[in-house]
Amino acid sequence: MEIKYQKSKGLTDKPLSYCPGCTHGIIHKLVAESLEELGVLDHTVGVASVGCSVFSYEFFNCDMIQCPHGRAAAVATGIKRTHPEDIVFTYQGDGDLASIGIAETIHAANRGENITIIFVNNAVYGMTGGQMAPTSLIGQKTTTSPMGRDAHMHGNPIHISEMFSQIEGVSYLERCSVHNPRQVRNAKNAIKKAFSYQKEGRGFTMIEILSTCPVNWGKTPQDALKWVEDEMTKVFPLKVFKDAGVESHE
Amino acid sequence: MANKVLMKGNEAIALAAVKGGVEAYFGYPITPQNEVSEYLSKYMFEQGRVFLQAESEVAAINMVYGAAASGKRVMTSSSSPGIALKQEGISYLAGSELPAVIVSVMRGGPGLGGIQPSQADYYQATRGGGNGDYHTIVFAPESIQETVDVMKESFDIADYYRNPVMILVDGLIGQMMEAVDFNKPTTKRFLPPKDWAAGGMNTHNGRNTVCSLYLDPYELERHNLKLQKKYQAAIQNETRFELVNMDDPDYVIVAYGTMARVVRSAIEILAKKKLNVGMIRPISVWPFPKAPFKNISRNCKGILVCEMSLGQMVDDVRIVNNGALPVSFFGRAGGIVPEPEEVVEAIMHFESRRVD
Amino acid sequence: MNDSVNIKVAGFGGQGVMMFGQMLAYAATEEELFALWVPSYGPETRGGTANCSVIVAKKPINSPVFQKADRLVAFNLPSLEKFRNNVEKGGIVLYNASLIKDPGVIPGATVLAVPANDIAIELGNIQVANMVMLGAFLEVTGMFLDATIDHILQKLLGERKAHLMPINRSAIAAGRELAKNGASSHA
Repeated sequence: MEIKYQKSKGLTDKPLSYCPGCTHGIIHKLVAESLEELGVLDHTVGVASVGCSVFSYEFFNCDMIQCPHGRAAAVATGIKRTHPEDIVFTYQGDGDLASIGIAETIHAANRGENITIIFVNNAVYGMTGGQMAPTSLIGQKTTTSPMGRDAHMHGNPIHISEMFSQIEGVSYLERCSVHNPRQVRNAKNAIKKAFSYQKEGRGFTMIEILSTCPVNWGKTPQDALKWVEDEMTKVFPLKVFKDAGVESHE
Repeated sequence: MANKVLMKGNEAIALAAVKGGVEAYFGYPITPQNEVSEYLSKYMFEQGRVFLQAESEVAAINMVYGAAASGKRVMTSSSSPGIALKQEGISYLAGSELPAVIVSVMRGGPGLGGIQPSQADYYQATRGGGNGDYHTIVFAPESIQETVDVMKESFDIADYYRNPVMILVDGLIGQMMEAVDFNKPTTKRFLPPKDWAAGGMNTHNGRNTVCSLYLDPYELERHNLKLQKKYQAAIQNETRFELVNMDDPDYVIVAYGTMARVVRSAIEILAKKKLNVGMIRPISVWPFPKAPFKNISRNCKGILVCEMSLGQMVDDVRIVNNGALPVSFFGRAGGIVPEPEEVVEAIMHFESRRVD
Repeated sequence: MNDSVNIKVAGFGGQGVMMFGQMLAYAATEEELFALWVPSYGPETRGGTANCSVIVAKKPINSPVFQKADRLVAFNLPSLEKFRNNVEKGGIVLYNASLIKDPGVIPGATVLAVPANDIAIELGNIQVANMVMLGAFLEVTGMFLDATIDHILQKLLGERKAHLMPINRSAIAAGRELAKNGASSHA
């Protein structure tokens, strides 16, 4: 019988531990496929952060290093500097990257570290039970903002891609989403492009991906996808923020 | 002394690390250890090895974590408040069983404290501020020569145990100059290949993961028991100390690092006063040397612990002594290096109190 | 030389105090003696007072700190004031007479006035004042061979500053000459 579709070689056989309806699984698949298609799995080292994706070290079929909360970009720097021939990526959530790990991420970007960051933004701390994240939307109710996020009290949601677009060391930066098949295809292209840029030694690449958390948002998987489209993309517009490849042709 | 070169302690630490085979260094500026990174910034570049000034101590220790996890010989250096920031990373290194060398050049604390030499981070080094049941193997040398010798060997020790090793010196050792011989032979250890390292699957068979996460308590307990077994082996094999004039002393002083050198001078002065004083000098402070305390002669009237702090190692001495002999303490804090005469006075005071 | 000599060198930052001390330590090492150099470090070395201690010994050195100096070299008045009470009986004190008009009495010590700045200016570069002082120090203490000091100086100046060798040599010689004549030494 002809095989029409199979799991990427970039994933192990371990069943994913993510909740039903969570889009982490889709993003995992896109990262795995990109690495497989580029033929780099045998010399790729991934960095698992702290949060729901902490177990990603069990899912990606390459060497994986699990690291302290927020420090993925520094750990990745240590790997890449000593293994410049390897493809090095981090897989981080919004709490990990945009809150506790923002300094490490900014400086890795500013040094133009030749690494790829997969930044999964679901506007909430998932693993710890739905607390407010630096990316939570205004009015969003979480377990630590029960009255809804209030700009005066909590500040506004932080716009990571907009911030990083100002950093010279960044070679590719795009915000994507996976809330419908068209966006999934687009996200796949973005991720693959980021890894290709790394392969070419162009420097720091980051793909921010809007993701769902139906359980902590208190929504059905379908409503969660709709919330990404209707609410999150308004605050976090989907676009290419930086592409050194295009700029150099201008 | 033909092979000896006069060198500043911090620079000697850097060169010894190179001789010990360091492949990558990550650090962040802090006094009084800046010469370590300044020296390496040039030397590592010339040697085609990795040097990177990180954005913080926190980032530096995590870069160390990444390089160690992917199989390279790596180190960092810092001083008291900076080492405090590295504690999380040290716990992760221990938990993930990663070899790395951390140089701690102590200054006065707490808080921002001062920048003068101190030994107030004995607890920080031997107990660790990181979470969990772990130990760092800690050596506290007293001279630049001894620092260089142990520094060269420390990478092997870290690799052998797959555990962080700390070189603990005070700011004086970092800042002073002394003649040192870099070519003293070191004992070679059998080191298995790093087939556990996650540096890309093309470097080993199968897929490697490095992590310190064990959500199943039984599995985590097993992991802890495995670590403890390793620590027991380190206690067996890496405990180091020196005995000075310990044949039949009236008093025994316990001191390490710069303080031990001050005590040596004090012992000479005391000998002229007809007081026979010996010294137990721990070279490894974790594991803490226990054996020499069991062999103290029966005529000994008491133990004086001397530290450039207000009393930290004295706890370990009290534990080992277990009430056998009177224990007294002398220390100066804040970055003051006591003079030999102050130690002499402390012994004389001990003696007069005892007679009373 | 005694079995062990404790030397304190002190002055303003920028007067070449650290280099003075380091040269003694280098010379001792070259002559196969034991040496230990300890600087005061930190913010005070910027414009404020700077000092270093040197111990030169025939056997391994124990304590890196000492209570009393056998030799004190004071490049300015605050330094002399700071360390004048920590000189061993029978010790030697050299002071920079260009900046210190009245050293006062230091009981039990041999005191030598060295107008180091004036001599250095006469030679054409105030920066060699520390070498004038060094010449006087070497003469009164009898420490180290001329050849050793010359060799250390060459090493420290390196190729980049090799053109400064002659003036540094002259400064050391002028210091020695002054000390030989025993200008204003008293007990």
